[in-house]
Amino acid sequence: MSAEPTLDKAAAPGTGKAARSDLPPAKAIRRAFSSPLASALVIAVTVLWTIPTVGLLVTSLRPKQDVVSSGWWEAFVHPDLGLENYHSVLFDNSFGTSGGLMPYLVNSVAIAIPATVFPLVLAAMAAYVLAWVRFKGSDTLFFVVFALQVVPLQMSLIPLLRLFSTGAHLGSVTLVPALGLKDSYLPVWLTHTMFALPLAIFLLHNFIAQLPRDLMEAAVVDGASHFKIFRSIVLPLSAPALASFAIFQFLWVWNDLLVALTFAGGNPTVAPITSRLAQLSGSDSSHWELLSAGAFLSMIIPLAVFFALQRYFVRGLLAGSVKG
Amino acid sequence: MTTPVTTGRRRLLAVPAVLALALTAACSNSSSDGGGGGGGSASALTGDCAKYQAYAGHSGTKVSMYASILSPESDSLEKSWSEFTTCTGIKIVYEGSNDFESQLPVRVAGGNAPDLAIIPQPGLLAQMVKSGKVVKPPQQTVENENKWSPVWKQYGSVNGTFYAAPMSANMKSLVWYSPKAFKAAGYEVPKTWNDLVALSDKIARAGGEAKPWCGGIGSGTATGWPATDWLEEVVLGTYGGDVYDQWISHQVKFSDEKITTAMKTVGDWMQNPAWVNGGFGDVKTIATTTFQDAGTPILSNKCAMLQQASFYRAQWPKGTNIGPDGDVFAFHLPAVNPQVNTPVEGGGEFLAAFSDRPEVQAVQNYLSTSEWASSRVKTSPGWVSANQGVDKSLYTDPIDKLSAESLTDPAATFRFDASDLMPAAVGSGAEWKALTAWFAEGQSIQKTASDIDAAWPQ
Amino acid sequence: MPTDTRLAGPALHLADSLWQDAAIKFGNTAGAVLGFLGVLLAVFFAAGRATGRFSRPLAVVLMLGPAALLLVVGLVVPLLRTVYLSFYDADAAKFVGGKNYGWAATSSQIHDVLLNTLLWLVVAPVAATGLGLLLAMLVDRMRGQAIYKSLIFMPMAVSLVAASLIFKLLYESRGSGQNQVGLLSQLAVAVGWDDPPNWILSQPLNNFLLMSAMVWVQTGFAMVVLSAAIKAIPDEITEAARLDGATGVRLFLHVTVPMIRTTLVVVLTTIMIITLKAFDIVRTMTGGNFGTQVLANEMYSQSFEQYNTGRGSALAVILFLAVAPLVVYNIALLRKERATR
Repeated sequence: MSAEPTLDKAAAPGTGKAARSDLPPAKAIRRAFSSPLASALVIAVTVLWTIPTVGLLVTSLRPKQDVVSSGWWEAFVHPDLGLENYHSVLFDNSFGTSGGLMPYLVNSVAIAIPATVFPLVLAAMAAYVLAWVRFKGSDTLFFVVFALQVVPLQMSLIPLLRLFSTGAHLGSVTLVPALGLKDSYLPVWLTHTMFALPLAIFLLHNFIAQLPRDLMEAAVVDGASHFKIFRSIVLPLSAPALASFAIFQFLWVWNDLLVALTFAGGNPTVAPITSRLAQLSGSDSSHWELLSAGAFLSMIIPLAVFFALQRYFVRGLLAGSVKG
Repeated sequence: MTTPVTTGRRRLLAVPAVLALALTAACSNSSSDGGGGGGGSASALTGDCAKYQAYAGHSGTKVSMYASILSPESDSLEKSWSEFTTCTGIKIVYEGSNDFESQLPVRVAGGNAPDLAIIPQPGLLAQMVKSGKVVKPPQQTVENENKWSPVWKQYGSVNGTFYAAPMSANMKSLVWYSPKAFKAAGYEVPKTWNDLVALSDKIARAGGEAKPWCGGIGSGTATGWPATDWLEEVVLGTYGGDVYDQWISHQVKFSDEKITTAMKTVGDWMQNPAWVNGGFGDVKTIATTTFQDAGTPILSNKCAMLQQASFYRAQWPKGTNIGPDGDVFAFHLPAVNPQVNTPVEGGGEFLAAFSDRPEVQAVQNYLSTSEWASSRVKTSPGWVSANQGVDKSLYTDPIDKLSAESLTDPAATFRFDASDLMPAAVGSGAEWKALTAWFAEGQSIQKTASDIDAAWPQ
Repeated sequence: MPTDTRLAGPALHLADSLWQDAAIKFGNTAGAVLGFLGVLLAVFFAAGRATGRFSRPLAVVLMLGPAALLLVVGLVVPLLRTVYLSFYDADAAKFVGGKNYGWAATSSQIHDVLLNTLLWLVVAPVAATGLGLLLAMLVDRMRGQAIYKSLIFMPMAVSLVAASLIFKLLYESRGSGQNQVGLLSQLAVAVGWDDPPNWILSQPLNNFLLMSAMVWVQTGFAMVVLSAAIKAIPDEITEAARLDGATGVRLFLHVTVPMIRTTLVVVLTTIMIITLKAFDIVRTMTGGNFGTQVLANEMYSQSFEQYNTGRGSALAVILFLAVAPLVVYNIALLRKERATR
């Protein structure tokens, strides 16, 4: 098993058309699994996997009196659907906050974008160095980074909170000034960045390490600095991997509750939609119809991001992890 | 007064905090027309605002407040001090969270404590005081607090030092029922424990769909707390205040025969298959039914009675007629042992400060007055103060009135919720878990008790 | 679109201030991102001028430094602090030696928790990866595969808390004779099971019911990644094996699986780590009651609900050690890979 996947192969697995020549060997395997039974299985799983989401969607479209009196599947027998719940959730003061969930959605976006970009760029740089600028201990460092994935985040909350609110001091010398936590996204961004780095470096390293060696060597011969190589060769070629990690990180940050609760609180100035939804689910179990609308709203943006970037997603994660 | 609020918020992110503060101050100055909002100095407040003169001089400041009270109750809370904030120019930034109990210690330890926190558990208050971050209340608050009965001061104190003034009180020793259904069936409200048992048997024997009791102890991560209330009611109603106090301090252990006997009484009552769980199913459903849902079968006559606190009032659907002749009402849970004088188990909330800035103390002072308590009572029902200065005729709601009378009754045996006073490892940990297992898995009383004792911090 | 004219006035006013609010927030966000990238570019430009002996160390420091610093501050220091705290009492005031570990080793409650955690660690990742692999094999030759893939992947966009709420509703149970509002109970009744059990109380079934929420979320991820890996197997290899007479399932087991072994391990490891750290599902669905407690949630509860820093920290260390073999195995694999490159 000596076949190293070439860059072309790795970066373009979607070239199915070219592979579909006279004798497509990969199909031989698939044929073994191809039968009406197999199709039925896939469809069954798909339906099974979709039911919970459909249930949520249908619930969010039903009027309150229906939601409390019968299961959501009854809506297919007696359809009475509308967008009123969404209007209430977005714009009404139904939860006692002016503007409903709208400011929280804005916060979620404002948190998620930098919290995706920062770790992405920092991890790409680190991954490049670990992969191509070997130095003494770089292997060990890489393994340590990998192992750090396992650290339970809860353990970091208090030390980080203390750092952000009081800064770091050595005697009377201030090493890091207090950032202050009130009404600022910065602590949330930084925390997400820290927590994302181990997985990001690991995944991006796998990809960047597989970039063609001759390309790098040619650049070095041309006298390009590491910064230039990183910017003009590594970054463009790693686009698929960056995109796939970006999706991951975006989904992760968007759905995060722990960091949001600790560093942003329920303050409408900075708190994201998850922390708001968590409050709602606790305060009023009789508002299932509004809750489900809120939950569905919170899913729309990540879904859009996923569908927009999904073709990169596959390519990026794939590279570097296929080996003989 | 919507303008200063929105402009203030919009600007906050754009400019450094100091600048924002200055601008907000300037803003509320210029826009506080008729309101008489006062300037940076303690200028005289006029008109309707004159009564807030004592708190003037902090216009443009902000006080952050953190609590477990969520909307819609928190809306009433904010409304109750809206006149104060308008007149004094002190903005109270309120944040409610259902992760309050776990988030407050994190924020305090992390140096990001709120200015004020409304703490419902004296145990948590003690924990916070131990951190050294709680600031003692100003003299005026201490004086205002004297209008509460002395026992409350004790619950707001840690090791004899007074830290947090009580804000509200609630009455736990209530049994919800439907006066209409009782009348139709010819049942009488029981006055003694024996009457209660006899009535329950009668309803159970009457057959049909209805069972005498329903209950639910589900409450997310706090699942189990309603069961601790049942045990507390029985301990207090069987042995009186002294044993109850010794139980809290662990001089009387859970595995003590007194407490296991009380657990047996609870078992005969809420784990009696013939008596529970009306409208839901068997005994085990008590563990999976949320406390919020527990009372709904009373409205459809599938359940006759529910033991829950006065704040359960908020759970009835809109349009439910609450009153002595209405759809639902509550009676005082009788003492198990008639020798014990009117046992009243209560809960409450305490205002602790983590800052001694003058505006924080102004808010503290105001919230400890009977004027504020009256304002909160007038805002909406479902809230009771044990402050003697609150005119009882202000309570429009029959449940509030009933609770207020019991809570201020000098003859009653009043005690605070025991699990809230125990160390957190027990009161919001092992006891919840063990009692839930007792209901859900039929675990033995002996094991339940010894599990809880084992968790007691040495 | 204000169809109701009564609402138009205030709604418009509100929307106006909301949009301004949003514009300022997005402005700040864009500023932060651009500022960050701008600073980096400037540093790169300046540092790129450096030549000779210092250019290499400079590159290492500037490109690795920021990430390393953040990792040390955000993860390494807290980890060391946790290890330290695990030898102290509840208030981190008194050294107690190995007492917290002794408690964890002897408490029967913790034994159950460890057993559950082990169950989660094995069942959920294996189920998600296995199902993902099966689907990856099956879905690729189907018409409209993108639709199936997207639908199965969709739960990844749902937060674990929301997923738990959805599944909680699914398992809702009412006593016999009542209108069921949970789909599972309704289905059980529909197929003639008059008195379905209270699912969430049925041990040990409830553990698996909770795990299905995790499998629901993670299967799509496994499927998408594995499907890509399978597609990338060089045709020559499969072809050679086929000429050797390998067919069907044998081809799959002896060629496909070994070829994507690294991907399989990465997927399995990633899901295991997510599973181990996730406390949201158990917390939301049972609060750790009914014999479903797992280590991550017990640790959270000890540290933040019962305020016992010592025990919470000890559990965190145990959690870290529990995955150590997994990490070591992965590192061994990675080391081989790095060495051969």
